[in-house]
Amino acid sequence: MCGIAGILKPGPEPQQLVARMIAAMRHRGPDETGIYVDDHVALGHARLSIIGLADGTQPIGNEDGTLWIVFNGEIFNYPALKVDLEKRGHSIRTGTDTEIIVHMYEEYGPDCLRHLNGQFAFAIWDSRQETLFLARDRVGIRPLHYCRAGDRFLFASEIKALFVDPSVTRELDTRALSQVFTVWTTLTPTTVFKDVYELPPGHFMLLDKRGMVRMEPFWSIPYVPPGAREPASLEHATEQLRELLLDAIRIRLRADVPVGAYLSGGLDSSIITALISGHFNNNLRTFSIGFKEQAFDETPYQQMMVEHLGTDHSRLLIDNGDIRENFPAVVRHCEKPILRTAPVPMYLLSRLVRENNFKVVLTGEGADEVFAGYNIFKEAKIRQFWSKNPGSAFRPLLLERLYPYIFKNPARARTYLRKFFAVTAGSAADPIFSHRIRWGNTGKNSTFFSSRVMAELGSYQPETDVLHALPADFGDRDMLSRAQTLEMEIFLSNYLLSSQGDRVAMGNSLELRVPFLDYRVIEFAMKLPPQWKLKVLKEKFILKKTFGALIPDEIVSRPKHPYRAPIRDVFFGGGDGYAHEYLSEGNLKKTGYFNPLKTRNLVNRFIKDDRFVESETQNMALIGILSTQILHEQYIENFFAQSVQPVAVDKIIDRRKAKT
Amino acid sequence: MSEMREQVRAYIVDNFLFGDDNGLEDSTSFLESGMIDSTGILEVISYLEEQFAIKVHDDELIPENLDSVGNIVGFLGTKMAAA
Repeated sequence: MCGIAGILKPGPEPQQLVARMIAAMRHRGPDETGIYVDDHVALGHARLSIIGLADGTQPIGNEDGTLWIVFNGEIFNYPALKVDLEKRGHSIRTGTDTEIIVHMYEEYGPDCLRHLNGQFAFAIWDSRQETLFLARDRVGIRPLHYCRAGDRFLFASEIKALFVDPSVTRELDTRALSQVFTVWTTLTPTTVFKDVYELPPGHFMLLDKRGMVRMEPFWSIPYVPPGAREPASLEHATEQLRELLLDAIRIRLRADVPVGAYLSGGLDSSIITALISGHFNNNLRTFSIGFKEQAFDETPYQQMMVEHLGTDHSRLLIDNGDIRENFPAVVRHCEKPILRTAPVPMYLLSRLVRENNFKVVLTGEGADEVFAGYNIFKEAKIRQFWSKNPGSAFRPLLLERLYPYIFKNPARARTYLRKFFAVTAGSAADPIFSHRIRWGNTGKNSTFFSSRVMAELGSYQPETDVLHALPADFGDRDMLSRAQTLEMEIFLSNYLLSSQGDRVAMGNSLELRVPFLDYRVIEFAMKLPPQWKLKVLKEKFILKKTFGALIPDEIVSRPKHPYRAPIRDVFFGGGDGYAHEYLSEGNLKKTGYFNPLKTRNLVNRFIKDDRFVESETQNMALIGILSTQILHEQYIENFFAQSVQPVAVDKIIDRRKAKT
Repeated sequence: MSEMREQVRAYIVDNFLFGDDNGLEDSTSFLESGMIDSTGILEVISYLEEQFAIKVHDDELIPENLDSVGNIVGFLGTKMAAA
């Protein structure tokens, strides 16, 4: 786990520039640094040492020094690949997975990606062909960004590393803002910074000195039509799932440092923890976060698991003040506006783990996407069922079971809520039927954009971009696989795995590993009939059937419990009042993204008692505006590219003909 | 009546349009225009009950009574005449 950076056609002083890029993201790799330079390229690496502690310093080359790699991540199946490579005559000198990739690329070219099971972003420079190969793992667990500045092509794990080159422009992209304020995150390959892109998950890019040669996917979330689905029985499927997930965990416990686990008190991390404890490590270290505000606290469930498994557990108890104080730092790590504060507790949790001298944890992330845990899947199912008979008085009643907190007093709001969720005959044919209400509802927050932003956006609608990117047959697929694919393509990689995953964990130099997102588990789950994942309205059915017996019943049957910070108490309830400052008329006018009058009216709803009513959409508007303002200050206004000093480099490979 | 209309309209503009009344006609449907979401309508009802000292019964919670400034004003007129 590390930070990588590089420059094609770096110009004068390549070593200096790449050492400064690495310096900007030293948190990703505090243990070692390394640089490769020749006349065409500069590669940089900051290392968090996990595998091959003594001989894994990067960049690493092949036998004859013609291929060089910088690599962030892990290849979990590298021992098997090593055996294969040695049979084919490669001589492997280090004990690292990094070196395996180099030889795999040498042997198979871009096709090598199909053989890699892991979480990765890497760059390989082929000094003979003079080509640069960039690749990113299947679901986007590790980040990789790139941009152009004049003749230069730059890439880096984090955007801040690109910005240390003063010739890279720093500007927020209004369409990307509109995406965040509608679908909750940017749509790949867009980032919130204009002309800065991310390599999409499951893609590679090949460049030569003239620029991009090609960018292609090597994997995508599979769709298996009903006729080709796993024909085996449910019993057989649970057996397969048990073996698969155990193996996914087994290979993710590979490390030359100790590995711990997160324990949230929910089903998914409980399954992972129970399997590790039961099969691999009966002295497991686990970590969790608790909230002093009892409404969000999951401590009792965490404690239940700790006692059930006998793990050695550490817990951090936080309050509203901790959320407030750490929010700006979290925005800086996320490098995009966020609509919720949930990344902050994850940031504090990773700090706790790191303070306990752990560099690696396994987490339960991904199970909700892969095995259908979210309410939006149920909502789509009910509304589709309703749309087959739009006049039915009974079908929409199912929605009341789904959102009991909205329908607290069903008789009062029934007519209105039904109209809100209303369906018409045939509306389920809309390819994004499952998400259109959510996005339409969040999208109302675009009303807070300034007239300049609105004018720039014109008639732009992020939903149209989503629709264009979908395969032609998407609307013909079953509702659950459509909704799952949208969740995974949009929300998983760009929010859960980044803002709530890699960024806030790496902010404290911690590596996350996510067994539920082993591509074999995803492929298995997408082959299952939908009703084995969402059985009537029971979520994660096969997961509970397979592993439920390992976990106390209270945890298996408890409803989901997402953290939703009390926004008023967090941002307007104390502290130094920075929220007021960022949201002041003067600051809003200066940045120019939002309408000051409307924003003041929004803020007033939070601070004036007689007007305060908790609304999730308005919470998202407020946090979105605040985080955009903070982001602007950190990356547009007060980012001093030149002040980032080059890192001290531990390993330098200099292949320039005329050395400076 | 026109004072009541102004009051209702100002409340909607302040709380749901954040001060921007552009496009709000008496007949604009809150639901169809997306101005007021599912939790918002409950807030509107609390406001009406408090501000105009009326009690809105469950069977009166229908769009015909509440889905636009015009509908609300009409509904209020009926309620207050009955009181």
